[in-house]
Amino acid sequence: MGQVVKGAGFVRLAMTSICVAVLAGCAQRGPGPLYMWESFPRQQYDTLLRAGSPTVEQITALEAHAEKARAAGAALPPGFRAHLAMLKLSAGNADEARQLFLAEKMVFPESAPYMDQFLKRLDASAKKENPA
Amino acid sequence: MTLSRLLVAVGTVGFLLLGGCATKPPAYDYSAFQKAKPVSLLVLPPVNDSPDIKATPGTWAHATRPLAEAGYYVLPVTLVDETFRQNGLTMANEIQEVPYPKLRDFFGADAAVYMKVKKYGTSYAVVSSDTRVEVEGRIIDLRTGELLWQGKAYASSAEQQQQSQGGLVGLLVTALVNQIVGTATDAAFNYAGIANQRMLGAPRYNGILPGPRSPLYGKPPTVQ
Repeated sequence: MGQVVKGAGFVRLAMTSICVAVLAGCAQRGPGPLYMWESFPRQQYDTLLRAGSPTVEQITALEAHAEKARAAGAALPPGFRAHLAMLKLSAGNADEARQLFLAEKMVFPESAPYMDQFLKRLDASAKKENPA
Repeated sequence: MTLSRLLVAVGTVGFLLLGGCATKPPAYDYSAFQKAKPVSLLVLPPVNDSPDIKATPGTWAHATRPLAEAGYYVLPVTLVDETFRQNGLTMANEIQEVPYPKLRDFFGADAAVYMKVKKYGTSYAVVSSDTRVEVEGRIIDLRTGELLWQGKAYASSAEQQQQSQGGLVGLLVTALVNQIVGTATDAAFNYAGIANQRMLGAPRYNGILPGPRSPLYGKPPTVQ
């Protein structure tokens, strides 16, 4: 009796091992995406078409996306922070835009030459407004 | 289905698969790509050969994801659009003629992606309406002007329809439904995403090489 139970246990163990091996195989074959995309391509499309929802709503959607990525420990796509920075800028929030351009540059150093163009222009307009 | 029929079917499928292998195009020459090692990509607005004016923004917006997932930094297309506008450039064909050194100076990208949309949208016919997106692309090294890669792909709603045929009446209904859905929800936008993934995703046979942020970076090109 004991042996039969043991045998059943062995079969179960073997089946479980096979399942785990198969699933692990699946997991290995397709490495997960590098970034959390959500509806970022659609949002870029709306901006390019200049036919999307109001800027404030776009910002809210992107910030919710960023929060979701933070909670999941997922990375935000290249250009996400810069895109949000542009929206912040058009909503009149230059300080947050600057932080976001800097963040894009920090996470993706490859973006530095382009981001610097925006930062330079932000600095120039800030100087015009508050001459030291 | 009897066993012998099944065997015939299996044999036919196997034969077709092998046939597919036999007609596979020759492997792409990656020597320039491998030497250039681009890190950042500037996707220029795609030139539109189709009658649909949404083709340029539709395919442009879908270019970032496959290239970024392939391991490259992709300059944000919405900001690139803004930059060109501020410099008086709004037409994709004008923008694609800007000299390489100028693009390199301004954007700092290693290479640029030049795309062309050959077909974009839903064509209506009595029996079948087809939403189809066809794209072509080239990657040019902005530092040397050298062509690093070129390819093309398409995606079509007919790919799915072929699998679910329900006689002539079924076809007519499908065509009608597709027309309505196709126009109401900007269906071509979704097919642009599939076409771009097929063209710019990695690793794919004769596709672009994985970039530095990909775990596959530096491995030999895929042979499947």
